[in-house]
Amino acid sequence: MSTEPLLSMRDLRVGFVSEAGLVQAVDGVSFDLAAGEVLAIVGESGAGKSVTAQTIVGLTRSANTRIEGSVRLRGAELVGASDDELGKVRGAEVGMVFQDPMTSFNPVYRLGAQIVEAIRAHRDDVSKREGHERAIELLDSVGIPNASRRVDDYPHEFSGGMRQRAMIAMALALDPDVLIADEPTTALDVTVQAQILALLERLNQERGLATILITHDLGVVAEVADRVLVMYAGRVVEQGTLEEIFYDPQHPYTWGLLGSLTRIDRPRPERLPQIGGAPPSLLNLPQGCSFRPRCPHEFDRCAELPGLDQRLADAPGHCDRCWLDPERKRALRVVDDQIGLESPA
Amino acid sequence: MGRFVLRRLLGMVVVLFAISVLTFLIFNVIPASDPARSMAGKNASPQLVANITEEWGFDEPLPQQYLTMMGKIFSGDLISYEGREPVDERIVEGIPATVSLCIGAAVIWMFFGILFGYLSAVREGGKLDRVLTIVAVTGISVPVFWLAAVLLNYLAYETGIFPSYGYVEFVDEPLDWAYHLILPWITLAIVYVGFYSRVLRSSMIDVMDEDYVRTARAKGLSERRVMTRHVLRNALIPIVTLFGLDVGALLGGAILVEGIFGLNGVGQYAVESLTNLDLPPIMAIVLYGAFFVVLFNALVDIAYAYLNPRVRLGSSAR
Repeated sequence: MSTEPLLSMRDLRVGFVSEAGLVQAVDGVSFDLAAGEVLAIVGESGAGKSVTAQTIVGLTRSANTRIEGSVRLRGAELVGASDDELGKVRGAEVGMVFQDPMTSFNPVYRLGAQIVEAIRAHRDDVSKREGHERAIELLDSVGIPNASRRVDDYPHEFSGGMRQRAMIAMALALDPDVLIADEPTTALDVTVQAQILALLERLNQERGLATILITHDLGVVAEVADRVLVMYAGRVVEQGTLEEIFYDPQHPYTWGLLGSLTRIDRPRPERLPQIGGAPPSLLNLPQGCSFRPRCPHEFDRCAELPGLDQRLADAPGHCDRCWLDPERKRALRVVDDQIGLESPA
Repeated sequence: MGRFVLRRLLGMVVVLFAISVLTFLIFNVIPASDPARSMAGKNASPQLVANITEEWGFDEPLPQQYLTMMGKIFSGDLISYEGREPVDERIVEGIPATVSLCIGAAVIWMFFGILFGYLSAVREGGKLDRVLTIVAVTGISVPVFWLAAVLLNYLAYETGIFPSYGYVEFVDEPLDWAYHLILPWITLAIVYVGFYSRVLRSSMIDVMDEDYVRTARAKGLSERRVMTRHVLRNALIPIVTLFGLDVGALLGGAILVEGIFGLNGVGQYAVESLTNLDLPPIMAIVLYGAFFVVLFNALVDIAYAYLNPRVRLGSSAR
């Protein structure tokens, strides 16, 4: 990437006004996304992954939302952009795929009509018939058999996996540069998950589509991601390349995520390892490091919030929010000969 | 689809039969409802009462009486006890007024109900929403007889802008027809405008949280298109149900409004017959009214299948 990144987020903060107070769902997230790159955002429910991604095109906007920071798509600012400007970006430059394909299509319109609608929202020179032809091509390209017949079926006549394929087809209808896939495989069977991931990977390679993949499943990340952001309670706690995150993770939360991954090439554990405790309430975050209450390696300094800094001399771009000394981390993170997080005593 | 319609038709017949039996039985257990006595008049000789009883078959077993009456209803030979006039003629006379009142009011309340509900939902929590909420709740709360009286007083008697009474046939004088119906239409529609706008508002607010609405936005559709094509379209489904039931019920006669504005519709005839405990017209009107309720119920089901493709699977062979 010679000049500027395709998509650049700087210090994004998203808060929701609630009766109990301001819920800071996203607190200072920054990243760059280059063309053709797959960036995974991982974390538990409520970590702020989806809010981060949806805020890119303003889908979280409402009277009760407070959005600060900057999101630039090819240099153009989206955070303060008008609804009209955002409307031109949505679908055309940034396509989105959501978690539940069962509920993400409008049940009362034929699937093809919904794709045609997406095309014609941006291209009024495309006739309905041309749009229909294009919808068939799209459905065919994502591997839906008999696309020319299925295009006129209603969403409920498709299986979950086929619907998610159709969802991806719709997101690609206008050849966007960026695809945001928000838990695209979570609602699907494991075998179908693998098919959808293979499809996303193929599209990424064929079209040079920059992809933001949101998931809580590190297994999914390992399949397709180039770079990974690990989020916890609204903040990025670690970021790096896929190799860095999987082989040299620096944050105890990342260890916990990796440790709870079940792997077919290792003996089956008695109990699935888990991270003790629950994520903190966003209304009442602990002082300092948010992971502190669940972390077995907590010490005095954790009362002070660590910055997201590079802590390893030889790994630029691998940053984390943990005060522990990197050498100590390498010892602490080994549990039963694997990377993991000790259960709190 | 054919089997579905056939099943609905069969269901309609069963329901109508049950209603007619119930009406007939209820009438026969009401104390002091001996029709022979009331037909004979005050101070009638027992002989006269006996003659009338004999002549009209009031001494026959109830099932026999029921069958006779139903036979007359369907052959159009039904004669009322009070005034001994043909019932079907009176009902047919009343239908144009009742239908005109009902359809006109329905057009008004659908238009304003959807308009107000839509604006309220789109501006949820805003000033317009609050104003429309007050309007709607007022509309629902205002008693029809009071509203009719106020409208009549200020717009008919005092200022003479509108006529206060009567019905003019559409075929004779279309303009005069509408002119005479404006006040009744408004009176009848106002409650429903309030009610429908509230139902649509909450239905739309529910739909706005649906995933597919987020998808619609993510496609880059304008907010207006998201609201009309995606939110309103789905939120209208419960409104259609309500509409079918309400129109069906009102076609059976809008008792209060017809009476106050002297439209001489079916509803007014119903009130008159009830006051006189006049069974033949009561039976006929109940069946006539029930017919529309049941018919519109069936139409609602069919409209449902049209509006909601997911319903179609079970009913029609794809």
